[in-house]
Amino acid sequence: MKPPPFDYALAESVEDAVRLLADTEREAKVLAGGQSLIPMLNMRLARPAVLVDITRIEDLRAIRVEHGHLHIGAGMRQSTVLSTPEARQGWPLLTAAIEHIGHPQIRNRGTVCGSLVHHDPAAELPAVAVALDARMTAAGPRGTRTIAAEDFFVGMFQTALEPDELLTEVVFPPLAGEGYAFEEIQRTHGDFATVGVAVHLSKPARIVFCGVGSTPVRVTSPEELDPHGDVHASAAYRRDAAKALLERAMEKAAKR
Amino acid sequence: MSGDIKAVGKPSTAEPSALCGVRMHINGHLVETEVESRLLLSDFLRSRAGLSGTHIGCEQGVCGACTVLLDGAAVRSCLMLAVQADGCAIRTVEGLAGDELSGVQRAFHEKHGMQCGFCTPGFLMTVTALAERTERPCAAEVADHLAGNLCRCTGYRNIRAAVSAALDERFGLEGA
Repeated sequence: MKPPPFDYALAESVEDAVRLLADTEREAKVLAGGQSLIPMLNMRLARPAVLVDITRIEDLRAIRVEHGHLHIGAGMRQSTVLSTPEARQGWPLLTAAIEHIGHPQIRNRGTVCGSLVHHDPAAELPAVAVALDARMTAAGPRGTRTIAAEDFFVGMFQTALEPDELLTEVVFPPLAGEGYAFEEIQRTHGDFATVGVAVHLSKPARIVFCGVGSTPVRVTSPEELDPHGDVHASAAYRRDAAKALLERAMEKAAKR
Repeated sequence: MSGDIKAVGKPSTAEPSALCGVRMHINGHLVETEVESRLLLSDFLRSRAGLSGTHIGCEQGVCGACTVLLDGAAVRSCLMLAVQADGCAIRTVEGLAGDELSGVQRAFHEKHGMQCGFCTPGFLMTVTALAERTERPCAAEVADHLAGNLCRCTGYRNIRAAVSAALDERFGLEGA
């Protein structure tokens, strides 16, 4: 199928984008990488009146380390983050998780912030954001605010962003080289995660699962999980898979 | 190539519009026209640019039949709007051969890396991106890239032989 009709706007600045999103007459959605939004348009699961393309906004096309924190702008492609040495060295859990996202062809267009805002419950990056205590910067007509990762992921495909807010960047705090691992189980290489886990051996250790609920689920032990069953996997399978993945992840993390 | 191209026909105040001007290079040729906002890049290439070598298998980003090179990177043209390619340089399967087949095409021909040929353009573009690296990509990276292209006919054996042959020819056997 083909996308339904919409108007397209190329935002030239964050203010531009916010102005377009704040228009209450017409529903506007942000277009960044499009790797989640455009399939939805192609299947007509979404019918926004306006698409606001943010990928040419210079301010958002930055990845930088500032005061030890990793700032990833909303325009940064997943593949670019993967090939940024400071990101690989300083935040290896993040880059390990990005490598599980789809295929290279998807990562060449998809953005880190887009994956966070889209918040597919099976997605890898929301779990990593919670595991690493990331902070999201949102810009809107009421100003700019910071949202902690643990407050950001509200429900399936829902975040704490208001409809007129734009996620401008995600900020990861400095890490001290602790052990980490990201493990995932999926039907085929590059498929959506059936279950995934991000482990960060901070004190206390952070263990965050994806694909087991409507948001990333942080636990101290896999017994706490109460996964759902669906057409892809039963609840029992998810529970078993979660235990096995956590074992693997803890073993890997301990060696790093 | 893409940096100096300015958009035409676009409102300067970024107002939403159902029709947008686009200006891009396709296989080295400048193309300048107006498109509906919702026109996918895959459909633009096939019906507006007359380049039907780019195939549409799923329109969901899963199969890779629509893979093209955008500023040198392999992307799924079914998951891009034509308007998003404004100012970019696109290469499709039609742009691979000069007077002769490209090295990648020749490898697929010699190793018979196809049957019906539907997935082949997508594979050729993905493998061309790999072959144009400065260093030979490792086996894991090659496998990761190929996982993004599905074939229903061959069982992948000859495709993998073709890919190895293409990379061997380009980089030599070191790192194979």
